Amino acid sequence: MVRVELTPHLYRFFPVLETLQIEVPAGSVAEVVRAIDKFAPGFSDYILDERGALRRHVLVSINDSILIDRKTLSDQVADGGTVYIFQALTGG
Amino acid sequence: MSNTLLLGTRKGTVIFDRKGSAWQPRPIQHAGIPVCYAACDPRDGTLWASLDHGHWGPKLSRSRDGGATWEDLSSLKYPPGARHIVQYLPTPDFDPQTPSGQPEYRDATVLKIWTLAFGAASQPGRLYAGTIPGGLFVSDDGGDSWELNRPLWSHDSRGGDLFSGDATSETLWGGTPASVDYGVFEPGIHSILVDPRDPAHIHVAVSSAGVLESTDGGQSWAGRNRGMLNDYLPDPNAEWGHDPHFITACPAKPDHLWQQNHCGVFYSADGAQSWSKVSAPDNSVHFGFPVAVDARDGGTAWVIPARSDMARMAIGDGLCVARTENGGQSWQLFRTGLPQDNAYDLVLRHGMDIAGDCLCFGTTTGNIYLSEDRGETWQSLGHNFPPVYSVRFG
Repeated sequence: MVRVELTPHLYRFFPVLETLQIEVPAGSVAEVVRAIDKFAPGFSDYILDERGALRRHVLVSINDSILIDRKTLSDQVADGGTVYIFQALTGG
Repeated sequence: MSNTLLLGTRKGTVIFDRKGSAWQPRPIQHAGIPVCYAACDPRDGTLWASLDHGHWGPKLSRSRDGGATWEDLSSLKYPPGARHIVQYLPTPDFDPQTPSGQPEYRDATVLKIWTLAFGAASQPGRLYAGTIPGGLFVSDDGGDSWELNRPLWSHDSRGGDLFSGDATSETLWGGTPASVDYGVFEPGIHSILVDPRDPAHIHVAVSSAGVLESTDGGQSWAGRNRGMLNDYLPDPNAEWGHDPHFITACPAKPDHLWQQNHCGVFYSADGAQSWSKVSAPDNSVHFGFPVAVDARDGGTAWVIPARSDMARMAIGDGLCVARTENGGQSWQLFRTGLPQDNAYDLVLRHGMDIAGDCLCFGTTTGNIYLSEDRGETWQSLGHNFPPVYSVRFG
């Protein structure tokens, strides 16, 4: 299984995730993100655009490595790994 | 008389309620989220806000209980196969031959839901949304699902049908600086007018391409830019490449349309079949973003003059509102109640609205002004609001 850690910003839109320990099957990051939809329907629309690409100001890392394939999220996450989803800092 | 005002601001949705003779703001809603447009559906009172999330993608938010609770929707998406020809920001070092000199194509994704419009009373659930990069979306179920209007998306002026591959690969639509925030330079639909006499009759305005009209409910579109003058093109009379900042039509006389354009104020009394430039630069009326028209008299309109495209700010460091009552032949400037010193405000394209004799506008420096006498005198509704993107009476 793979653990998922989220920026608390997303709890505003998906309060259910705040109290959950998110664990999903190992696979590609795309599969991991889609799996989170089962806990919080619509979650992936906040992370991915309608093409399935990572949104411009969102960052994902697998353990301590930044995701490489932002277009299809094909990077693989091994069992026991952790996926971190957070926002790039912008604005004022 | 309207008793509600909705403001889309950089930090959320601000709703004012009229309490007797005073207008009182509620606590800000969608706090911290840029809201580029907010409006009330006059058919059923549903409130709408277009959330311009910096990180999480554009979303619509809907309230069916007068703003007590909101539901965010992710339903507006480009369908698979929707592509567009990539525009490049013409920076000084831009080389038109790079990388190959050939058109490039990009899969469309919603960058901004720039405006909303509501269908006729006979079309319950019908909504329109104008987006960057230049897609018109239609919903017939109150926003639960949306469909891209393909005839406009695949218009010849935009390079033809990229869905099927039957394309000319040449687009006459330019990019808008409003999309540069998203790292791209693409066109945007900011104005959608549904003819109250015939809901199949629709005008849209595209920044920076021009005005288009459909008389068959969006099955076909034709450019309506005759008479437009584009000061910055080699051919000022070019059919495309115009930069309408906003268009509006008189509800009682929908053939009377007004356009605040990058290159001046334009008026049409024949349903946009032809436009006349009615700017009065010697009287400050030329550059600006919003325009409002009277509900009954198509020849009466208001604009908020700004200095120029090079200096997008109040003229002479003081705000004024200009009104014409004769189709733009002459303009009267009104300043009473508006700051005349140290004012650097700009009013954006959706930043002014009219309801009866009442007008309201909000500025990029967070000032909000209201007139109850057709723009002649103004009162402040507050000075410390976030930058205002849109103002609409509810």
